[in-house]
Amino acid sequence: MKPFTKFPVIKSGFALAAVAAALLSCLFLLPQCQQAKAEANPATAAGQKAVPEVVDFNFHVKPILSDRCFKCHGPDSRARKGNLRLDTREGAFAALGESKSRHAIIAGDAEHSALIQRIFSDDPSQVMPPPESNLGLEDYEKAILKKWVEQGATWKEHWSFIPPHKPALPEVKDKSWVRNEIDRFVLARLEQQGLAPGPEASKEQLLRRITFDLTGLPPSLEEIDAFLADTSPDAYEKAIGRLLASDACAEHLAAKWMDIARYADTHGYQDDLERVMWPWRDWVIHAFRQNMPYSDFVRWQLAGDLLPHPTREQLIATAFNRNHKITQEGGVIPEEYRVEYVADRTQTFGTAFLGLTLECARCHSHKYDPIEQQEFYQLFSFFNNIPEYGLIEPYGAIPEPYIRLSRDEISQVLTFINNTDTLDDIPLMVMKEMETPRQAYVLKRGQYDHHGEPVSPGTPKSLGAFPESLPPNRLGLADWLLAPENPLMARVSANRYWQQMFGTGIVATLYDFGSQGALPTHPELLDWLAVKFEEDGWDVKAFLKYIAMSATYRQSCELRQGLLEADPENRLLARAPRLRLSAEMIRDHALSISGLLNREVGGPSVKPYQPEGIWEETTGGGGGSTSSYIMDEGDMLYRRSMYTFWKRTVPPPSMLSFDAPTRDFCTVQRQETSTPQQALVLLNDPQIVEACRVLAYRAVEEGGDTPRSRITFMFRLATSRRPTDRELRSLSEYFEQELAHYQREPGAAARYLSVGQYPQKDLLPAPEMAAYALLATTIFNLDEAITKG
Amino acid sequence: MQDPINERSHLLNRRAFLSRASIGIGTAALASLLGCNPFRTDSSSLALGGGVLGAPHFAPKAKRVIYLFQSGGPSQLELFDHKPLLQQLRGQELPESVRMGQRLTGMTSNQASFPLVGSSYSFSQHGQSGAWLSELLPYTSRIADEICIVKSMYTEAINHDPAITFFQTGSQQPGRPAMGAWLSYGLGSTNENLPTFCVMLSRGTGRPNGQPLYSRLWGNGFLHALHQGVQFRSGKDPVLYLKDPEGISRESRRQMLDRIAALNQQQLEQFGDPEISSRIAQYEMAYRMQTSVPEVMDISDEPEYIYRMYGPEAMTPGTFAANCLLARRLAERDVRFIQLYHMGWDQHDNLPSAVARQAMDVDQASAALVLDLKQRGMLDDTLVIWGGEFGRTNYSQGVLTDTNYGRDHHPRCFTIWMAGGGIKPGIVYGDTDDFGYNIIKDPVHVHDFQATLLHLLGIDHERLTYKYQGRRYRLTDVEGSLVKGIMA
Repeated sequence: MKPFTKFPVIKSGFALAAVAAALLSCLFLLPQCQQAKAEANPATAAGQKAVPEVVDFNFHVKPILSDRCFKCHGPDSRARKGNLRLDTREGAFAALGESKSRHAIIAGDAEHSALIQRIFSDDPSQVMPPPESNLGLEDYEKAILKKWVEQGATWKEHWSFIPPHKPALPEVKDKSWVRNEIDRFVLARLEQQGLAPGPEASKEQLLRRITFDLTGLPPSLEEIDAFLADTSPDAYEKAIGRLLASDACAEHLAAKWMDIARYADTHGYQDDLERVMWPWRDWVIHAFRQNMPYSDFVRWQLAGDLLPHPTREQLIATAFNRNHKITQEGGVIPEEYRVEYVADRTQTFGTAFLGLTLECARCHSHKYDPIEQQEFYQLFSFFNNIPEYGLIEPYGAIPEPYIRLSRDEISQVLTFINNTDTLDDIPLMVMKEMETPRQAYVLKRGQYDHHGEPVSPGTPKSLGAFPESLPPNRLGLADWLLAPENPLMARVSANRYWQQMFGTGIVATLYDFGSQGALPTHPELLDWLAVKFEEDGWDVKAFLKYIAMSATYRQSCELRQGLLEADPENRLLARAPRLRLSAEMIRDHALSISGLLNREVGGPSVKPYQPEGIWEETTGGGGGSTSSYIMDEGDMLYRRSMYTFWKRTVPPPSMLSFDAPTRDFCTVQRQETSTPQQALVLLNDPQIVEACRVLAYRAVEEGGDTPRSRITFMFRLATSRRPTDRELRSLSEYFEQELAHYQREPGAAARYLSVGQYPQKDLLPAPEMAAYALLATTIFNLDEAITKG
Repeated sequence: MQDPINERSHLLNRRAFLSRASIGIGTAALASLLGCNPFRTDSSSLALGGGVLGAPHFAPKAKRVIYLFQSGGPSQLELFDHKPLLQQLRGQELPESVRMGQRLTGMTSNQASFPLVGSSYSFSQHGQSGAWLSELLPYTSRIADEICIVKSMYTEAINHDPAITFFQTGSQQPGRPAMGAWLSYGLGSTNENLPTFCVMLSRGTGRPNGQPLYSRLWGNGFLHALHQGVQFRSGKDPVLYLKDPEGISRESRRQMLDRIAALNQQQLEQFGDPEISSRIAQYEMAYRMQTSVPEVMDISDEPEYIYRMYGPEAMTPGTFAANCLLARRLAERDVRFIQLYHMGWDQHDNLPSAVARQAMDVDQASAALVLDLKQRGMLDDTLVIWGGEFGRTNYSQGVLTDTNYGRDHHPRCFTIWMAGGGIKPGIVYGDTDDFGYNIIKDPVHVHDFQATLLHLLGIDHERLTYKYQGRRYRLTDVEGSLVKGIMA
């Protein structure tokens, strides 16, 4: 990423001086802006970033070496230049040249360190990195490297490859603020920066936050009122307990898992035929509802079929690894695609559980992390032994291996499967191990037909070699992953649940704990949480509650004076984050407050409103049930968004607008954007317009008799708080204005009330009803309505 | 005179900025606006037109691109690549010395015989360069002096899905940004009221049920969602969700947006979250699009001679010809990347009749677009591209009869043409062997083509990168060389 990402903003009329100053500070924050911001290094008056007093290898030096040097002096031996590697201690300090007389780094002697000489060189043929690499160093970065060498070039192992240990709790001054250990770590850091934590959020704000975070839905007015009325000391804890026990919580946690598992209802390539994977989704909801330990949750999905005498439930769990795309395109070379599926499983394993970009080692050894190409294929070989074929043949067949779930076993044993169909049995793709494992090879340049050396199952040495005591299959791999000495699994998992509650991980790059990833803002806290999560039996709900109970989580999101300057991205957590709701949450919010939401849990995917023709205009005529979109009717239009049918080549456009990923591959972190398309969806999508009309019906029926009371009712549902006098005045004025407008044009009022399938209610004359419906849409379009603060 | 809508939005943006300043947020807020967390990027600056590069790497030859993508794999042998030898050897086996063991698709790899077949259509020479063009392309033949015919394209994929994904995103597997998204990211927008990357689809008559398309072909991949291609559609809702619901007038929409902005403004004053000002700006952009998109889609003001140029189909919304005309209208409004897809070029069987219908769909309008741009002085800085994802085999797929044959996918050589901004007009570049099977001169890989396209727009393809998951990605992956021979 280039530092001057949005430079042309200057042209748009911002004050030049301010921009110049901001660009300078932005520049300083790169390349590791996350942690650099957390360091909150002040710019000096001259606009030069101060090099820290003590340069830290992991925090200051390694990110530069990784980003600018490892490409040619890193783990990939084939790409290595000048026989120099800077990713290991031995390599960095080794004697160089034929006479072994030179050293890249001589601790304490910058003048004679070749690395320092070269990065400061004016000679284009000498300077490092070379100009043609486009990886040049900033002055600040050169100064960091020089100072590090001068200070003795202390080397440290990469932080995330060292198994976590529970650290000592830091001392803090303001002990009265602390509610649990989380707060000790956060507060210690704040105090170090001279910052104070924020006040507690209002009860309304807090209930809205925790309800969205744990269930993906807004609190009802009854819930808000009950919470406001409950003055007992454990009112908040009771609310958390109620939320965690709800079906909505299980659904919400499962919805998050769908991105990671790249869940979809179609095969994903070319004609994009329909597949049946929703029984697995029902199992995921069931697992979260039971609060299954996360370790079992993962073990079953990775290797349920290899457990002794696996149950049907354990077999269903393994469908996780069949959620990848599968092609039916006539004429493809099946082996080419089979290799793609195995690589997808390997990549998913790396992203979801290890927080590593393993796929970078598919064509060559990893450029940044200690993962050799051979090690990628050792991991690959765990997922390579499925009796599968690369091509769906004949057209429309169910790809092997799969099981059939009979109606009887669903009604008697697998009762969590919501079989609303009248089908006799349901086929479900699952994992199965071949009796004789398929030999895996290193694939040269990643190509399916370029076999290199044969490889056997194994794990990267840098993460702990695969023990001989474990079976060399997926079950052994799951055991390796879940062992206490695994440095990544617990950290990556704890970090992801932290992100679910705070919007940003302690490691901001959820998908990359390697050299190119962000560094943890609170490394000790992350280790504390990782070890605690594991020690407490990988209890997801207890873990979420533990975070929610902290004073850190309960803060107000208000930006106090000076806070934006001191910590613009809120990495130190002196306030709660203010976050836009996800695609699913926004739609579910509208359905929920209107009362339309259909609370049925599980079952086959549904087809709610979608712009006409978008499947039809891209289809080639094949695809069967996915060639044209046949919208559902009635209650099916109002299911939670996680049940919306996911056609991978043409995903639901309103969901994509709000940053849902395409589900082409495992995604652990969504973008968070703000675009004009989002405004168009919220203003014009019939789903939202209809929900707002029905919200207006509710307001008329339940919200009192005056415009003010009804507006207040709708406003509270959308934002979980009462409007201020000023807001209420503004909205009431607007109501009168629109009422007058619709009275002048009653035809327009009737047309506005006709949007959507929900039957019209004859509660008020059309102009008045339409004005309320318009008010509902206006309120739902407020930034605050789609935000949790 | 500034139009009232723009003025209003200008004031709004200004107000948003001033309010930030007035509550003392200043530079740090801006740093956050410019922040480098790739997952929380403020969008207002992007909406206002900035690209990541600020300025191009060097002076661009083209300001915008119109890409007439021919989906399915048009047969170069019936259209551009004249091979008399194939006519002489009709029915004889493809010699192994020519094929050299190259892989075939699963559709013909089991064929017992690979009978060579020449074109059913005749070729003649056109223009100063004497380029050979098929009788199926009478209008294209007349612009032979305007276009550069590249006969030596090749690709790595032999199936549609990976091949078209490769052409549009630089990678056979889904997930990367499309070319238009890269340009939007690199150069930004030159029109405040329209998307930077616009997409239009049409269905061919040669094979109405042919290959599907995928929205990933105009996706933003890992880039900001603002860089996503926006599909322009015929019908009442030209951009998804653009049309106000029934019963909402423009005036009433304006009033609603004003009310939303005023209330959001109060929130901004309380919380100081720059995301709120971004949202205010996005609602304004949405409103402007609601005006400008229908305006550009309304072709009723085009004069009669324009319809004559583009052909009668230009009056039927949703046809390739109508889309070409819209492409010109978008280009006039400085939309950066205009991507058309015409489906139906996958002639595995019944090729002679089907390819003629496909050619008829596109020939007149493609040529008209080039001439129309030229007569408006826009061809100099508009790059026009015509071509598909691969070519077709020189042997017949299925049974070869006196009047009928088919052709399978052929990635090893195929033809595209380019015209306008920075392209040498009136040349034929590269050549294939007499069998039309292998390239014998100046091969152009897909990544070379992409590198050249970026170059014409002033971008060094090695320096337009996006760091995602620790790695710097670019359109051309780790390859791509400029095709200097086609650049003016």
